Amino acid sequence: MKRVAIVGIGHSKFGKRMDVTINELAWEAVKQALDDSGLSQKDIDFYSVGNLGFWSEELLPAVTIGEYCGLRAGSLKTEAACASGSAAIKVAYDSVLSGNSKIAMAIGVEKMYDSPNPTIIELIGRAGNYFWEFENFGLTFPGYYALYATRYLHEFNAKEEDLCLASIKAHHYGSLNPYAQFQKEITMEDCIKARYIAWPLKLYDSSPITDGAAAIILASEDIAKKISDTPVYIDSQGYATGSANLSRRDDFTGLEASRRAAAIAYKNAKIESPRSSFDLFEVHDCFSIAEVMAYEDLGIAERGKGIELLRENQTYHDGRYPVNVDGGLKAKGHPIGATGVSMAVEITKQLRNEAERGRQVEIRKGRAISHNVGGTGHYAYVTIYSRGD
Amino acid sequence: MPMLQFTLEVIKLDDIFFDKRTLELKYQIPLGKIGEFFRGLENGKIMATKCIECGEIYFPPQTNCPECPNSGVEWIELSGEAILETYTIINVKPTSFSKYPDYVVAIGKLKEGVKVLSWLNIDDQKKIRIGMKIFLRVVKREEDYYTYEFFPE
Repeated sequence: MKRVAIVGIGHSKFGKRMDVTINELAWEAVKQALDDSGLSQKDIDFYSVGNLGFWSEELLPAVTIGEYCGLRAGSLKTEAACASGSAAIKVAYDSVLSGNSKIAMAIGVEKMYDSPNPTIIELIGRAGNYFWEFENFGLTFPGYYALYATRYLHEFNAKEEDLCLASIKAHHYGSLNPYAQFQKEITMEDCIKARYIAWPLKLYDSSPITDGAAAIILASEDIAKKISDTPVYIDSQGYATGSANLSRRDDFTGLEASRRAAAIAYKNAKIESPRSSFDLFEVHDCFSIAEVMAYEDLGIAERGKGIELLRENQTYHDGRYPVNVDGGLKAKGHPIGATGVSMAVEITKQLRNEAERGRQVEIRKGRAISHNVGGTGHYAYVTIYSRGD
Repeated sequence: MPMLQFTLEVIKLDDIFFDKRTLELKYQIPLGKIGEFFRGLENGKIMATKCIECGEIYFPPQTNCPECPNSGVEWIELSGEAILETYTIINVKPTSFSKYPDYVVAIGKLKEGVKVLSWLNIDDQKKIRIGMKIFLRVVKREEDYYTYEFFPE
């Protein structure tokens, strides 16, 4: 089977971006990706836009962004909650893989600050099983993950301090990533003394509200090497959908959809040992507990042992399993629809050895993996990337 | 290969247009197919559906069993007896719940095998323990409608 490669990447500064509209924000990433690849808009045969929307003004972002950026090819918006960006990659990847396009672009963008904070809390809280979870019981998004955190901490004898280790690591790498929303380190005291948002989760356990955009350009193998000296291939993508209502989950210590998506991705990329196959892991750490569960769901830690990787600092850039050395969702920021594409940009940068000082991982295996979850394991996308050398 | 570059811009907050159009969003949710559930609540009962063919119990109730497309379902009353599996306390609340004090959202596993997500109505939140016995009961909310909540046994 022919392969598909990333030949161009672009990434906006993440944060509160009230200096730009959603179209202008997307342009920052699109322009960089075009510049990076040396291609122009007319070379793009298809594009997709990962975006959840609701909080920002444009209902048809694929169209308004296309017009602003000079993209005229066929397009669509993809929605897979916080994995909308990976869904955008999926359809662009499939378009090239099928031969329908030679070159396709996946854009991810979210403009959350266009609505006031309470509106955002209200809207994200509805991202479950509306009537049975929100209407009657007012669940918030941190609340969904808190249900997992409570059970995990109880079952595996872990403490809130352990979860803070993930947040401290995230902020450390955020301080080294100029694109990150948060540029400052935090201490254990900062984290543990912060106010609760959904007990047992506190302020620093949570990813922030973020504006941001990212874009990648995908090309078929036969032309990828002509466009880029350093193409990064997509080896496989696994995806799965979990139950809408959390009461229909078997357990609350891991995300079943993540495990299923990972198994598919591993099988199709012929990965037998996830622990010895990757130089970098980009995982969906929308909350500290989500990062710990990701270690286990991806198979780099046994069930209940994820916390030990944090205690032993094994997921820093020089550890055995470098995870989210760009600050992750918690410090880089989590512009919902942009996150999955941002993960692909970071992986491409790292595999090209272009990451900033203090956070470049050592590339030995030439392979990396992204784990992008929508909702609380409602959607899961696991994508495996390699330099192909 | 051009390196990624950007410049940090200073955000001027006065450069914002405040939308003059307001959208009020209130859904009309059709619940006719599970009307039995709401009639049950009015009579103090919490009802679920059960597939006549495979016996699967559905809560929230649904009137189609995707495993047995040609089967019907019957309504059953749930015992309410449950074990607490997990919970959280919602400290930062949605605007539409801001009038409530911090509330406990819990998931309990019922004797019948199905799990239910709802509030856990308890005076002292410090007394909550995973594995404790809880009981699901119909309640009337101050918005004048019936729903259900867990109570300590």
